Amino acid sequence: MLTRCLVALVGFVFLGTLAHAADDRNPFAGDAKAAKAGEYEFRINCALCHGLGAHGGGRGPDLTRAQKKHTHSDADMFQVISNGIPGTAMPANGTNGQGVGMTDEEIWQIITYIRSQEMKAAVNPQGNAAHGKELFYGDANCSLCHMVDGKGGRLGPELTAVGASRTRAALIDSVRNPSNRLAWGLTESTKEFPQEYESVTAVTADGKEMKGVTLNEDSFTVQIMDTTERIHLLEKDKLRSFQKTRQSAMPRYAASTLSDKDLDDILAFLVSVGAK
Amino acid sequence: MRRRAKTQGLKAIIFCILNAALEGSLFHGWSKSAVVAGLIALSITIIPAGAQVTFERLVNSAKEPQNWMTYSGDYSGKRFSGLNQINKTNAHTMVAKWVYQTGATGKLETSPLAVDGILYATAQDDRAFALDARTGRPIWMYQRQVPSDIRPCCGHVNRGLAILADKVFLGTLDAHVIALDAKTGNVVWDATAADYRTGHSFTVAPLVVKNLIVIGISGGEYGVRGFIDAYDADTGERKWRLYTVPGPGEPGHDTWEGDSWKVGGAPAWNTGTYDPTTNQIFWPTGNPSPSNRGEGRAGDNLYSNSLLALNADTGKMNWYFQFTKHDEHDWDATQVPVMVDASGKHLIAQANRNGFFYVLDRTNGKLISATAYGKQTWSDTKDAEGRPIAKKEASPTLEGHTVCPGALGTTNFMAPTYDAQTGLFYVTARDQCDIFSTAPQPYEAGHAFYGSAYFPSEEAKPYLGFLKAIDPTTGEVKWKFQHTSPTWSGVLSTAGGLVFSGDAEGNFIAFDASSGKPLWHFQMGGAVYAPPMAFAVDGKEYVAIAAGSAVYAFGLP
Repeated sequence: MLTRCLVALVGFVFLGTLAHAADDRNPFAGDAKAAKAGEYEFRINCALCHGLGAHGGGRGPDLTRAQKKHTHSDADMFQVISNGIPGTAMPANGTNGQGVGMTDEEIWQIITYIRSQEMKAAVNPQGNAAHGKELFYGDANCSLCHMVDGKGGRLGPELTAVGASRTRAALIDSVRNPSNRLAWGLTESTKEFPQEYESVTAVTADGKEMKGVTLNEDSFTVQIMDTTERIHLLEKDKLRSFQKTRQSAMPRYAASTLSDKDLDDILAFLVSVGAK
Repeated sequence: MRRRAKTQGLKAIIFCILNAALEGSLFHGWSKSAVVAGLIALSITIIPAGAQVTFERLVNSAKEPQNWMTYSGDYSGKRFSGLNQINKTNAHTMVAKWVYQTGATGKLETSPLAVDGILYATAQDDRAFALDARTGRPIWMYQRQVPSDIRPCCGHVNRGLAILADKVFLGTLDAHVIALDAKTGNVVWDATAADYRTGHSFTVAPLVVKNLIVIGISGGEYGVRGFIDAYDADTGERKWRLYTVPGPGEPGHDTWEGDSWKVGGAPAWNTGTYDPTTNQIFWPTGNPSPSNRGEGRAGDNLYSNSLLALNADTGKMNWYFQFTKHDEHDWDATQVPVMVDASGKHLIAQANRNGFFYVLDRTNGKLISATAYGKQTWSDTKDAEGRPIAKKEASPTLEGHTVCPGALGTTNFMAPTYDAQTGLFYVTARDQCDIFSTAPQPYEAGHAFYGSAYFPSEEAKPYLGFLKAIDPTTGEVKWKFQHTSPTWSGVLSTAGGLVFSGDAEGNFIAFDASSGKPLWHFQMGGAVYAPPMAFAVDGKEYVAIAAGSAVYAFGLP
């Protein structure tokens, strides 16, 4: 009996080692043909969030940056693609319900493609993070609505990780033209689309008006946060009026309000916080 | 083995109790008839579990509206219930009667069957189960050991069972067709249709016709060569197979460039309908492969995105109609084809994924009308037959550009309904446009074979979801209800003047079938990807639907 157990144990360890080894080494590292195949796989499976050229879309980080928040080695990347990143929009392979799950081979091809697209040198932060922090919590009024590291307002999205998870272009666009692409809010596990930060004006039966953002909504109820950060749980058929717009509650920061340099400083601050 | 012993033990106990009861030792001094009457009065209802469902019962299903014995509730695909106990006057009082938690994760797309007080349904990873339809308590559960390396395109889903005699039939994710004993869930036979490692799978609810189990393959994302099969219900022996992509020498073969037919797709992953008067099966087919890249498969690509009329006994094709020729947008035409009789004409109607509502003469497959029922930008002309034809600019490009509807379509697998009382066809619809960009890739067996990437176009936001009521005689949308976001729920209509559907936010909603006004709703706590159905037990009507990970039943208080 003992012998049988030992054999089983040895077998188990051996198999475990094999599996571990298989997950550790990219069999296609540096293979241009695999990178090309990986590019097609990337377009099908990853481009929705990370952009067609892996430069990042509005949702996912720029993967051409050599330094990545969640992954360093190819093995890390394999794990992230296979299992997703809990607490972020990055899903596990094959779980988004629409596309086809990728084989291990296809995942390695994608990693090979991403490596082939990486810029060799890390991008130097272009602004002054310390000054950006002052602006964020001070004159630029960002923290009235946005929280970073537990400090700030609640009306807009929490921004601690945004510097790592969004491209520079997407961040600039969301400050200069916040209504272009509304930020994602609550994601429900079985629902196809996340709630977006839509602006709302509701008037109750007794004439009380409230303006704010939707935390969540269905055909019969809406949960909103007003501009004083109060939460209102409303039944739509009991309201006098209910209006929603895709005009962001965030004001447009034109260059006349916030100079390019000051914006660079704020981005440098967000990137430095996000990198932690 | 253990299950059988347990079942036999249970049988023995029930037999003893019943015998004792009938012999009078439990009910001393009572007459046998009084005991039986008493048992009924005490609601110890003894239902002949898995009662014999005959082909005749399926043909005449309208005579027993308390049962729901096929995917669409009847052979015509109407998903209409003749029950009217729940109706416009009392729907607002509906309550949840029971909830059955499947324990599965992912999307539930199942359409339950209800036969003589028992509900039969499926869940992810090829689970099947039978429930006491009054209480939701399980009678048996089956779960297949699905191979770990299956990669079905769109989740480990299943859309339901078929039933005949004392068996229920399940198409599995690893491309088998299996028969389960309706009383125990034990496997009676197991037939292999294809190799799952090359991307073949079943997600469809089979259709019983006579003694045949008719079923269509999935795998349009893997470059399978599509087919529709029929198996002997008693033995599992395959009786016929119709390849939906014709081989060399067969009519339609010349609509494929070179060897592209070998990986041509045209799967058949949604349940068709059947006309007993002509013994014809109407079965819809899906996209040509690769789904979003036409280069390399020049031609119409028959019989992808078509409706096929087949002789039920032989699988021989009587006629076909192709909705989207040479599709490059993944617009499977797999939506349920609904048989509608209007103005003395025998029609078949389909709200197609490509955004058009088609009405055909089902005696010959001739197109009668094609009318847009949602936002579409791909076609502004029709051919001589009246079929919408794609603009050249609608083809995907390397840089990507926006086309409406998106790849998910104006509608998709969500089952529609037709209510002869209102004369309206109800369907879940979405307005969403996608950016289609090419991603040329070589075919490799068992690997995804899209040829293109697509994703929702940000400029086309917001994406809208609707329940639309269409007059099939004109194609006109008579009313629409806008959901908060697009939903994947199917639709049911009932003789109570109601239409039922669910939403992505987890609501189950009863609508006035004439006006579209919501009369009642219930928050189920999970998005809906399944169609509703209705049944009755002990004279009480229920409406059931799957949402989140559970099956819900509703009724009057």
